[in-house]
Amino acid sequence: MNNSIPHAAPRSTHRPRVAVHKFSSCDGCQLAFLNLGEPLLALAETVDILHFAEAGPIDEDAVVDIAFVEGSVATSKDAARLKRIRENSRYVITIGACATAGGIQALRNMHDSGEWIAGIYAQPEYLDLLPESRPIASIIKVDLELWGCPVNGEQVLGVTKALLIGHLPRVDHSAVCMECKRQNVVCVMVSQGKPCMGPVTQTGCGAICPKMQRDCYACYGPAVQANVSALSTYFAATGMPAREVAQRLLFINSQTEPFTSAGIHWQNKTSAAPNTNPGINPKTSLGAEQ
Amino acid sequence: MNIQRFLPRDRLQTLIDQLMSAGYDVIGPQVRDHAIIFDHLAGVDQLPIGITDEQAPGRYRLEKSDSVRCFDWATGPQALKPMTFVSRETLWRSDRRPDGSLAFREEPMVTRPTAIIGIRACDLAALSIHDRHFMHGAHPDPQYSQRRQSLFLVAVNCMRSAATCFCTATGDGPRARSGYDLSLSELDEGFILEVHTERGRDVVVRLDVTEATSAQIERANAGIEQAAKQQQRTLPAGPLQDKLVAAVEHPHWKTLDDRCLSCGNCTAVCPTCFCQTHGDEISLDGRQTSHVRQWESCFNPDHSYIHGIVIRTERPQRYRQWLTHKFGTWEEQFGRSGCVGCGRCIAWCPVGIDVTEELAALLIEPGIEPPAEQPGGKSDGQSGGVAHHE
Repeated sequence: MNNSIPHAAPRSTHRPRVAVHKFSSCDGCQLAFLNLGEPLLALAETVDILHFAEAGPIDEDAVVDIAFVEGSVATSKDAARLKRIRENSRYVITIGACATAGGIQALRNMHDSGEWIAGIYAQPEYLDLLPESRPIASIIKVDLELWGCPVNGEQVLGVTKALLIGHLPRVDHSAVCMECKRQNVVCVMVSQGKPCMGPVTQTGCGAICPKMQRDCYACYGPAVQANVSALSTYFAATGMPAREVAQRLLFINSQTEPFTSAGIHWQNKTSAAPNTNPGINPKTSLGAEQ
Repeated sequence: MNIQRFLPRDRLQTLIDQLMSAGYDVIGPQVRDHAIIFDHLAGVDQLPIGITDEQAPGRYRLEKSDSVRCFDWATGPQALKPMTFVSRETLWRSDRRPDGSLAFREEPMVTRPTAIIGIRACDLAALSIHDRHFMHGAHPDPQYSQRRQSLFLVAVNCMRSAATCFCTATGDGPRARSGYDLSLSELDEGFILEVHTERGRDVVVRLDVTEATSAQIERANAGIEQAAKQQQRTLPAGPLQDKLVAAVEHPHWKTLDDRCLSCGNCTAVCPTCFCQTHGDEISLDGRQTSHVRQWESCFNPDHSYIHGIVIRTERPQRYRQWLTHKFGTWEEQFGRSGCVGCGRCIAWCPVGIDVTEELAALLIEPGIEPPAEQPGGKSDGQSGGVAHHE
């Protein structure tokens, strides 16, 4: 639906070539790729992996069929390197929240990062840091964006397989809730009162947080149909202070609509009138609530 | 067949044992992850003894009491649906032959005879709808049929309703009426066993049971009657198909835009919803595919993606699609409403939207403003709510 790949790859004569590039990030998405284990070995037998720093091979200027890009644009040298990657690659696919939406480090976009740096580093002049952390698509055309902090290795593999065969990758646009239900995971919001972001978050992760009895924190970004306003209003109406509602929205994907606007809305409410509502105390129930 | 026998509480284990020795895998209710779920059952000590469920819009909590009863709860988040219409499965595979042609093969399925203890009237009613859809139509579903035919069902007559239950309004409960092999009515001292099939009788004759006394039967009936009386939620008088179709332009639908998350939880927990999506997964070398289906929801925009566009782009349109189908056009399709009154869509809606309230608001005259509602649609102080996040 919102895939922007114009044409899928025809079967070519040479072994497909793949690169995995890194920008400002924690390397977690590369590790998610590496953690695939056996399927990655099978992939390595099918394609030539020319550049993948976490795995070994390094050839930053390799000409490839598929370039995966991890990390956000955060330094003055990133734009030029990205343009080279775009020229060298048939498909550019971002992997993870940093590359797709600026990541956790984009929280600085809403603050005076110069002031932070001055307060932390003795010699800030050695830092090459743009005032904002930005997604890859703000600099170059991106063919497909995969969300998550980190990405789901299976999803990356699925996209790779689809492109190698020559059809559009399938993206499930349902919310995380559907994945919980498909896996018979008991809803942590309804049964434990946890402020789960699942109802407004794009699935793809495999519902790993609710499966571990944790509330989703929206690392896969907003679902297409996300009603962020309704969910955040509900959080507030049932006892969550405005400051915490804002924090739920302005987190891993703070620079993505509708999270940004809704987050700022609740942030403004915080400064206007601090919410002192202590919240609803869940009634006695089986086991610990928190 | 209507043979009533009494099984003392301390012999409940023998029912499980007999089912197992008759060759069944036994599945029953248990507490897991703060809810009543169904899983393999070996002993009565795994049952939710003394556990009750407190349910409200957007809220489900278990509570422990001194009661000795095992079935004193109303519904869990799911019951039969994930076991018959499974949430994700491979239906068939294809292989590319050396000459380039394709060979198709069905995915082999292994099912074992399975006895499920603790199924409620609402879920049996839903099962009968699924049977009609998946087994008795023009194109029976082999996966569903095979799983369905492997089931031995032990129903439980409800003695207690949750606040979200409304099976009396749909006419489906709280007493189980058909579609099961044995039913249990739980008293403190034990269970009244009612046999409904030959194979049910084959199990009961091996149990050390006595005649149920008329006093016991009377107490069981009173308990079921009490469960019916506890129900507060009602439905507008049916049939609703014409009324709902006439209300497609009702202004109330628009209010859903501010409340409905479009997350699909209501459809996933609904025991009658059966929408599915299909896709093919391909092997890395491009020589094999597997055709997979999984649960889908009409709240997902992909559900109405046809010929390059999404037909139902607005949230209220998707809610309207679900509600008018479930309570209205379902009548034309299946000869009855698609709702069995289990109340799961009310409890498991993360923001507590209540179908009974929406229907009431919709079936008042168009043009009359519905009453102002709190976020989540419920303001009785009982609705879900989130824990304070530290």
